[in-house]
Amino acid sequence: MFYKSMEQIKSDMLEQVSNLTNDYDYNIYTENDVQKTLNKELLDIEDLKVLLSPAATKFLNLIAHKAQYETRKHFGSSISLFTPLYISNYCENQCTYCGYNCKNNIHRGKLTIEEIEKEFKAISQTGLEDILILTGESRTASSVEYIGEAVKLAKKYFSSISIEIYPLNTDEYKYLCRCGADFVCVYQETYNKKRYKQLHLAGPKSVFEYRFYAQERAALAGMRGVSLGILFGLDDFRKDAFSTAVHAYLLQQKFPDLKIGFSVPRLRPYIHEHKEQNPHYVNEKQLFQALCAYRLFMPFSDITISTRERAGFRDNVIGVCATKISAGVKTSVGGHKDDAKGDEQFEISDPRSVDEIVDTIKQKGLYPVFSNHIRL
Amino acid sequence: MENNDKLIIAGHEFNSRFILGSGKFSLDLVKAAVESAGAEIVTLALRRANTKTEYNILDFIPKTVTLLPNTSGARTAEEAVRIARLSRELGCGDFVKIEVIKDTKFLLPDNYETIKATEILAKEGFIVMPYMYPDLNVARDLANAGAATIMPLAAPIGSNLGLLTKHFIKIIIDEIKLPVIVDAGIGSPSQACEIMQEGAAAIMVNTAIATAKNINEMAEAFKLAIIAGRKAYLAGLGRVLNFKAEASSPLIDFLEDK
Repeated sequence: MFYKSMEQIKSDMLEQVSNLTNDYDYNIYTENDVQKTLNKELLDIEDLKVLLSPAATKFLNLIAHKAQYETRKHFGSSISLFTPLYISNYCENQCTYCGYNCKNNIHRGKLTIEEIEKEFKAISQTGLEDILILTGESRTASSVEYIGEAVKLAKKYFSSISIEIYPLNTDEYKYLCRCGADFVCVYQETYNKKRYKQLHLAGPKSVFEYRFYAQERAALAGMRGVSLGILFGLDDFRKDAFSTAVHAYLLQQKFPDLKIGFSVPRLRPYIHEHKEQNPHYVNEKQLFQALCAYRLFMPFSDITISTRERAGFRDNVIGVCATKISAGVKTSVGGHKDDAKGDEQFEISDPRSVDEIVDTIKQKGLYPVFSNHIRL
Repeated sequence: MENNDKLIIAGHEFNSRFILGSGKFSLDLVKAAVESAGAEIVTLALRRANTKTEYNILDFIPKTVTLLPNTSGARTAEEAVRIARLSRELGCGDFVKIEVIKDTKFLLPDNYETIKATEILAKEGFIVMPYMYPDLNVARDLANAGAATIMPLAAPIGSNLGLLTKHFIKIIIDEIKLPVIVDAGIGSPSQACEIMQEGAAAIMVNTAIATAKNINEMAEAFKLAIIAGRKAYLAGLGRVLNFKAEASSPLIDFLEDK
């Protein structure tokens, strides 16, 4: 049920994604199907189904080589760097898997504008030009205006500003676009509506459809790019990976000039975690299969590799399928300059600094890119 | 040949007809490739150059090389114009390669917006080199709008698919007086040679070199192929027999004046 304040746009994208996902039976595909897909130049939705199937697992090395070829073709040796900054961890939602769950007794905090600037300065001094501003999902604690002020300030220090906040209405995205934000990242978490309901017990985030249409509203508002994400480990990863890619595909068809990105972290330990809430464990091989499938299906898209993954995994997926990597990451509120003002959302597995990540990229013969966007 | 046969763009003379795209390289490799290829013009994505780190491309390109800033990232003529003006403010000179792309999937240029941007920037004194989908009418419009060159694509950017639009490029070469620089899609030195011998004024290459096993060797291979193609064009290609002449089956015996 939509809240009164939530905008409803005319679109049938959810119906399309749902229908295609419902029809997807990944067990019907054979090795022959995989070979046929790997011999094609331009892939369609049927090929995506094949690449995410269990049958494709056996061909993972070959798929990875093709993914690497596509990555090189579209991005050369470039790997973009960014870092997230959490400016608040207040949240109104009750998501069973998240450290920020409003029922969790954690240390909550919100940075003042002065504190945000200190953090920006500290991050900027590492050379980074691309910032992702995050909040917990609370309109009360972190209003659109507050986020807008942070974005305006970020313009002084960064060439590219992305936001990962609660979903907004089109006019609110327009406002943040005017403030200087160009990219919007929204995690659907899972595309399985039934499972979504079980995981999101209360708060505005429990409205699946409003969240689903966030990227479309952002595109209508004039944002230059959107990123789609799910949290692997909440439900059947093959279906969720498929839905995400189809959603991205339909967005690109509707908005041909929209830059598309994928970010698909795996569920990581968080404060107050209950182990039994993670029955859909996704292993590294499966995560890698999904990342390579995205690269082959939408070879021009950005793929971000999360600090939720270990350094050894991250280092080996950049240049093969991933094109964007975070560095010097803190998932607490602030913490780049002064002590953190609030607890972390989740544990990270790769705490390396910007310099360390840059060295790794260079050692692999790749090229660290700090600036890849002009604000217009 | 280099001394007598120069590439002339808006009065500026260049010995090399090889333009290096730099968007997909490690910066140290850009420098090496410039040297191996003897490139005198290197493209520069302004969105990449505007950085405070040691990884600024401007520090890796020899000072003797002419920078060709491009407007990549622009979705409209207005955005391309803003990037071009910013480029001039940053001291990147008057050359600008117009790229207006509304399609993130195939990165095909928007010819209509490209013409509009060309007209505005040419009036502002820029040396405008528009990247375009090869269409003769558009090439004429670009020329009339003040373009210094025409830069038709051979195939989608990054595809290495080669001369998919060869015949349309040839039409533009034959009909337009401006230098025609083939940009995007050329995947091998032989393709560069082939279109040079048809009369292209220069070639721009990026992905084919960036994705080669040995970047320096490939850069040099392109250099040599472009020189060979140019020499062949200037020498005039020999005739090609497209059909089997059957002299033994007379078709002129009926003529009265033998």
